Amino acid sequence: MTQRVIDARGLRKTFGQTLAVDDLSLTVDAGEIFGFLGPNGAGKTTSIKMMLALVTPDEGEAEVLGAPLGSREARARVGFLPEHCRFHDSLTAREMVRFHGRLHGMRGEALERRIDQLLTRVDMLDAADRPLRGYSKGMLQRAGLAQALVNDPRLVFLDEPTSGLDPLGRLLVRDILRELRSNGVSVFLNSHLLGEVETTCDRVAFVKQGRVVHQLTLGAAPSSFEVEIRAVPIDPSVIEGLARFGTVVGRPGEHRLLLRVAGDAVLPDVSRWLVERGVQLFEIRGRRKSLEEWFVDVMGDDQRPG
Amino acid sequence: MTMPALLTVAHLTLYDARRRKILTAAAICGALFLALFWTVSFFVARDLRLNPQPFVQRQITLVILSVFGLYAANFLSVLLASLLPVDALSGEIDSGVMQTLASKPVRRSEIVLGKWLGFGAVTVVYFLALATGVLAATRFIAGYQQLNIGIAIPLMVLELVVMHTISIAGGTRLGTVTNGIMTLGLYGAAFIGGWVEQLGTLGGVYALRLVGIVVSLFSPADTMWRLAAYYLQPDIVRSLGNAGPFAGGSVPSTAMVWWTLAFTALTLAFGIASFRRRQL
Repeated sequence: MTQRVIDARGLRKTFGQTLAVDDLSLTVDAGEIFGFLGPNGAGKTTSIKMMLALVTPDEGEAEVLGAPLGSREARARVGFLPEHCRFHDSLTAREMVRFHGRLHGMRGEALERRIDQLLTRVDMLDAADRPLRGYSKGMLQRAGLAQALVNDPRLVFLDEPTSGLDPLGRLLVRDILRELRSNGVSVFLNSHLLGEVETTCDRVAFVKQGRVVHQLTLGAAPSSFEVEIRAVPIDPSVIEGLARFGTVVGRPGEHRLLLRVAGDAVLPDVSRWLVERGVQLFEIRGRRKSLEEWFVDVMGDDQRPG
Repeated sequence: MTMPALLTVAHLTLYDARRRKILTAAAICGALFLALFWTVSFFVARDLRLNPQPFVQRQITLVILSVFGLYAANFLSVLLASLLPVDALSGEIDSGVMQTLASKPVRRSEIVLGKWLGFGAVTVVYFLALATGVLAATRFIAGYQQLNIGIAIPLMVLELVVMHTISIAGGTRLGTVTNGIMTLGLYGAAFIGGWVEQLGTLGGVYALRLVGIVVSLFSPADTMWRLAAYYLQPDIVRSLGNAGPFAGGSVPSTAMVWWTLAFTALTLAFGIASFRRRQL
């Protein structure tokens, strides 16, 4: 049986008259990288803060690592990298990670070894003994990632972990996320970088105006593969017949049709069926719908600025 | 509550505080003050040597010198106690530092108490260093042994603890600047309340005295200085009876010490409860 690391039901949070999160319900499984996507102000950061007990929900309940929200037991096994990673800037990266390790009850040689291991992993060993105040945003994020992992967590919340990183830094974070997954660690990832989410996440939830409006299992989404057909004629009987293979989702032109199917395995069947029906087939092309297209579709035009 | 987490927060607070500019500024001010006080003590002692005075008058001069020195040390320490922790919580909440800290398996109360302990230690050590410098100057340069140090120093320490507790508790709700204004405002009110109480006592105006006492109940810090000043001065100096920071016209009762301890505990409890409810 899959173990759930997050099970949130109906979480709601308002700040004064502003509704930040409305009826947030979601689950995250052990060893899963879960993407949490939404436009600015959708309530993503507030959702993370509720799960970390930094913000108290007005309604709803949740368990993190099997314990109620705010439990110290759960927080001892959780890592967190905030969006704007700020630490005491008079400390060096090594000191900062050491202090956070101590807050987890770690001490002595084991802690020092873990610090070296993590600073090496995030490629910060050379700058480890310099004060944080001299760090670039990307360096701060890498040092912050080290502090988030110091306690060898079972669940890591990362809020925009790569927003200040250069491409190599992003690759580094991507590799670390994969390592975490292979070690059975779950990751809850807030990110605007959809390409990155697409390559690292197992599953995503789209949040709009404080509410999860859609969830998607990436790579295995039954409805994420689209076939574009150029053929003559495309009449109602053809459209009706193609419905056996999937869902007709659009007509980009008189002789064009978009069909959403389970995967590329149906392409030969669709081609054969059209040819057998006497339809002149000029082009048939399958492609997976990108996460960005999903995002735009799910969010709708009302969320587009301008 | 686990001691290691609390002590780790206190350690972090100490570690961070020692690299702050305000502490450097306070250390420079303290060093300048001590240099000035030692110089003054040297000239006072030389003058007393060159122009011998009757014993009583000599003692009065030395007592005033010593009490003035301790008052200045106390005042500088009050400023440090009020301003050093003024952004301890509010600044870290605003900057986001607190989010990382509070997401760890640490109780909110441990964060408040750790900071209280850390900043308290810095302030008390600072004051003790200044007070030692003052007492050393009066003892070894001017040849005067200050009275009742064992009572007066703890009272002054309690005053500092009140001020730094107010500053930390205020930071759980108020922004940095507002908290600074509120903390120093309370100290100012206590200071003026003390004068009002002295004037009321000396002039026999009961209403003025009552106003001073009521202000002291809401902000008891200055009463600890006034009580300390009472113990620092021999009867003959007290009997001079002027209103002011060294005056002995109206002496706070020892019940004020208990109230100040209770006030500190209540303020700290408020700070903890307030920070527990704070949305980070």
